[in-house]
Formats: sequence, C-alpha cells, structure tokens
Amino acid sequence: MSEELDLEGWTCPLPLRDQPSIVMGHGGGGRLSGELIEHLFVPAFAGTEHAEVLARLGDAAVFDLGGARLAFSTDSYVVRPRFFPGGDIGSLAVHGTVNDVAMSGATPVAISVGVILEEGLALEELGRIANSMGDAARRAGVSIVTGDTKVVDVGHGDGVYINTAGVGLIPPGVDLGAHQVRAGDVVIVSGEIGAHGIAIMSVREGLAFGSDIVSDSAPLNGLVASMMASGAQIRMMRDPTRGGLGATLNEIARASRIGITIAERAIPVAEEVRAACGFLGLDPTGVANEGKLVAIVAPADVDTLLDAMRAHRLARAATVIGTVVPEHEGVVVVTTGIGGSRVLDVPLTEQLPRIC
Amino acid sequence: MKYLDEFSDPVIARRMLDDITRTVTRPWSIMEVCGGQTHTIIRNGIDQLLPEGVELIHGPGCPVCVTPLETIDRALSIAARRDVIFCSFGDMIRVPGSSTDLFRVKSQGGDVRVVYSPLDAVNLAQANPDKQVVFFAIGFETTAPANAMAVVMAQHLGLTNFSVLVSHVLVPPAICTIMDSPSHRVQGFLAAGHVCTVMGTSEYGPLVERYRVPIVVTGFEPLDVLEGIRRVLGQLEGGRYELDNAYPRVVRNEGNPAALAVIRDVFVTCDRAWRGIGTIGASGWKLSDRYADFDAENRFDVADVVVQESPLCRSGEVLQGLIKPHECPAFANECTPRMPLGAPMVSNEGACAAYYQFRRVESSVHA
Repeated sequence: MSEELDLEGWTCPLPLRDQPSIVMGHGGGGRLSGELIEHLFVPAFAGTEHAEVLARLGDAAVFDLGGARLAFSTDSYVVRPRFFPGGDIGSLAVHGTVNDVAMSGATPVAISVGVILEEGLALEELGRIANSMGDAARRAGVSIVTGDTKVVDVGHGDGVYINTAGVGLIPPGVDLGAHQVRAGDVVIVSGEIGAHGIAIMSVREGLAFGSDIVSDSAPLNGLVASMMASGAQIRMMRDPTRGGLGATLNEIARASRIGITIAERAIPVAEEVRAACGFLGLDPTGVANEGKLVAIVAPADVDTLLDAMRAHRLARAATVIGTVVPEHEGVVVVTTGIGGSRVLDVPLTEQLPRIC
Repeated sequence: MKYLDEFSDPVIARRMLDDITRTVTRPWSIMEVCGGQTHTIIRNGIDQLLPEGVELIHGPGCPVCVTPLETIDRALSIAARRDVIFCSFGDMIRVPGSSTDLFRVKSQGGDVRVVYSPLDAVNLAQANPDKQVVFFAIGFETTAPANAMAVVMAQHLGLTNFSVLVSHVLVPPAICTIMDSPSHRVQGFLAAGHVCTVMGTSEYGPLVERYRVPIVVTGFEPLDVLEGIRRVLGQLEGGRYELDNAYPRVVRNEGNPAALAVIRDVFVTCDRAWRGIGTIGASGWKLSDRYADFDAENRFDVADVVVQESPLCRSGEVLQGLIKPHECPAFANECTPRMPLGAPMVSNEGACAAYYQFRRVESSVHA
C-alpha cells in the first residue's frame, strides 16, 4: 500500500508509513495510538514555551502558571452505545477528565464541555446526557465552567460526541511522575479490573451477551485525596482506561526506564468479568477501566497506602500486584498462576474476541 | 470459578511438573496441534517450566494462520464492496492478505463487523435485507457445527442475502502431512480436545498405528495441557505409542452425534490449500451442493484474485515444526508483531509472536 503514496516529503518518521490512513486502532489506546501521538502530534506541536510538557505524555499536563502548579487534561468521548450498564457518555466524559487530572496528584477544580450533535438527535436524550454530566460534576465536586455546542448534518456524526477538558491545582511539594519511579517500588491497583470494557462489549451489536456486569465509571479524585493525605510516598499514578492495565503498566515501564514484574494471581478480576473474558478469548489486563487507578509507591509505605485506599469505597479491593525491577527495562513480565512467565505486551489495537 | 480455577491450581501443577521431571531421561519433541493449546502454553509459560530437552512444537492448528492467502484476498475483495456487511471472527481482522487486511478495508469504508457467533451474522442478514451479509466461515472441526448451523438457519429463514466464505480445515490430514515430511521432528502429539469433542477419537487410532506415535487427546486449561504432556512423555519413555484420552470430561469417543449430523448435511470433504504449507488432499470442507446457493465464492465474482505471498515469510515451515521462528531470516527484521508478514506473527500466541516477545526479556537480561 505504502508504495502508492509519496511519503518522502512527510515529516513523520518511519513507524507510521505502513498505515497511510487512520484505522480504528489509532484511537484504541494501544501501540498505534502511542505511535500516532509520538510521531505525528508531538513533532508537529513542538517549538512553543510549554511544548515539552506534551512530550512527557502524562495523563495530564503539569506546568507552573502564575506561581501555581496546574494539571490540565482533555479527552473526547465517542462511546457506543451512549447508555450502557453502569453509566452513559455524559457521566463518562466528566469522570474521565476528572480522573486524568487527579492522577497527577492535583485537585480537579473546573472542566469545560464541548458537544458535537448530529441533526435529528432527540432533545430528550440530550437532556438525559446533560443531567448525567451535571450529576457527575456535582458528585465529583468539580464545576462545569465553559462549553461549546456544534451541530453537524445527519450522517456526519454519531448522535453525540463530547469533549471535556479539566484543570486542577497541584498542592505545593507534590511532584508525581515517571521520573520518581525506582527499582524496589511496589505496584498497587485500586480494585477489580476490566468491568467497563466488558460492560460495553456485553451490549454492543454483534457481541451482545447476557450479563450483570456494570461499568466501574467513577470519579477518582476523592480516592486520590485520601491517598495523598495518607503521607505515603506515592511515586506516580495512572488510570488504566483504554488499553487496560497492561497498556498502563507498559507506559509506566517505558516512561520510567525500569522493568515491572506482576503476579498474575494477584491481579483482582471479578468472577463474572473473568468468565466473560474466558469465553471471548480476551485478557482482562487488556480490557478498559473507567474507575480504577494504578499507583507506584515506595516499599516502606505500602501498608500505609493500602490502609488509606481500602478505607475509601472505590478501593476496598486495593492490592499489591507487583514490583518495579532494574531488569528488562521497558518490559512488563507476568508471573503466571502456575509459576511460568510471559511478557505482558501492549496490544496493537483494541482486543478482539478470538476464534481459538 | 468452577471448572476453571481447579484446572490452574499451582500446587497440582508443581506436582505434575515434578512427575514429568522424574519421568524424562532424554530430549523429546512434542507437537500441540491446536492454537488454543499454544495460547494456554504461552499465556502460562508452560514451555519454560518443562525440564530441559522437552520441546513443544507449536503446530498448524491456528485456523487464522493456515487460511490460504487467496481466500483472505477474496474476503478482502468482498468486504470492500459497498453492498456487503462482512462478518468475521475477531482474530482474522488483522491477518495480512496480499496487500491489505480487514482492518484497513474497514478504515476505507468497508462494513466489516466482528461477531462472536455465526448466528449473529444470520441475524444481521435478517435485519439488513438491502445488504448482502457474508460470514467468513473459517476454522477446524471445532467451529464447523456452528458455521453449518448458520447456513441451515439461513436456508430455514429463506434468506437470500446471506452467504458464507468457507475455508474449513481438518486436523488428521495435517498430522499426516507433518509425519510424512522426511525432516519432521515430532515424536508425540497433543490432539486438540475440542476438535475431538465434535469428531470423536476414532480418526486418531489409525494415525497412532501408521506413524507409531503417541497421540493424547488434551484439553485447554493449564493442568489439562500439563496432563497431556505428562501422558505423552510417559508413553515415549516407556517405548509405547497409544491413543489416550486425557480430556474425558469433555471428549467422548463417538464425538457429538448432533454436531456430526449437521456437518455432514452442510459440508463435503475437499482438497484445501494451507497457507505456507500447500495443498493437502481431502483436508478441508466446502459447502455441499445442497447449500451451494449460500457459497460467497459463487455469489461474488472473486475467482480471479491474484495473490502475492511475501517471499520472505517461512511460516509454513514454522507451523510444521521444521524450523523455529527465529530461524526465519525475516524474523524480527522485516517481520514483527507491528508489521507481520505471516499470520503466526499477528497474535501474541502465534508461534512467531510468542518467540518475539520472549526474546525481548531474554535479550535485556543477557545484555
């Protein structure tokens, strides 16, 4: 395919050449997404005062402004179906951005909402989505302070697309990030993984299956506040959304230039989610979450942090799943249930059900 | 979880591994035929837990890997048509054809859908009478009953907008091809439990006799696979070759009569090309004349596809156990999981991709 296109004049380096047009995987949170950002957007957006902030590729951008330390993040929501067990596109759009801001240790303060509406959308449905966003914001304790509305012709959108952006304030002395991670640190996950992805899949056309699994979509800023207040030395946090726990651990390993080993048996997975993954041929570590976080913590503070997390209703099942090691830099290795090991790789795209 | 957790118990696994270690006195090479077992082996790291010298050769039992290039190109050509909804199992989506894959066809406007059951494709045909719905019916004997049922249902419903692109393959002829190869290294087989669930075990006795090779019908959970390996090694060390069923909780000797009936109604045996291996006589199923109206190859004009296989890819030899993935010159050079030349590099449990991942740790440990 690539020989039909003249890519010689393109500034984009080699890795994108075999994929001359956008495929779904570019938005799936896997390796293709990462390459698009790294090789297309980051170079294109270079050359401004704070451009190096983008290159760090955190969940939120962190920078100083007028004496304050800010966390700033944006995300767009195109989920289908728009209403799913445990949530909807509106609450998801608020929670997602609140969580991205909170992962930097910031207190989220305000968010913006941009909606792109397709002609013909029922006002009643938009009303439900707006109310859901309002409820989510009130529960999370953030204010929706600015917004935008656009309408596109029938067939040029998918009902509703939502973009949210959020800002938060990082308390003095807090400096979380990949640069803090070191060998010997401990990896904690806040609860059972995979519920959101399976909940969505269970109601998607072509895959629908009967299930009581509901999305874990939730605002994590309250949990983060409790964790920060515990005094534990938290090195960094990420919320494992698209791409799942596996993609997040790989991002941490690469960004921190360390290795990570995980004990498969320690990864908390709800029984129904495990069963659904079993028959769909999916790995729970590649399934999306919308209300979980991964924390890297200094070994001496593990118990302190776990106590603080388990006291919060969103992290009762918080648990240690692995450690940071000096070997195999950038690679995540899983010790399997029966004592073997394998590399936990970043899926290239969203996981798909397997035939065998 | 009932019927799953019991079969991945680490204490029992350790005991079985100890037993295997005590039994083994010399190197042995065992092939697991089925891609599902390869998946279990790689996911659980079973290959690394076995005593040195016991080698598992990942066989040709990944249906995605052996689906011939011309069939994939036909699928891509049909999927690109504006009047078609093309339905496929998920792991077929990224398998490279001559110049593209289903993912890219979708990105260029093709209506490609991942379904979990072939009956979902029948439902789509009912719901979209103005579209042609085509299901990519690939797989071994395991997926054949459900694929056949979809065709029977479509006929029952009188659907004229549903068809299947069939590329079914059969395990026993593949075992013969491997054993007839003068350079083969296989000394024992784990037979695919779910294939035998459908077909029964009667086809395998003659293979045991003809090739004097142990064949153990094996399941898919970690302990199932270990038990299959343990029993093959027990036979090899004892100088025996027998057909043994280590998966009796699922496999009956006579197979599943209802499934066999629908298969015999819908399919007939045919020669089939296996990607990278070549044509094997009587190694596949195609639609019987009674259901010829549902054959996508008849409905769409796709007979004249010109295929171009990568000249570098030696996946056929990998799938027969003739070479190891890293002995292919393209391995980790032109061919990576990012840019696979052959299907075994596509999914993490493909033999080539599994080697590729393992090497990432090895090289950083030894660096």
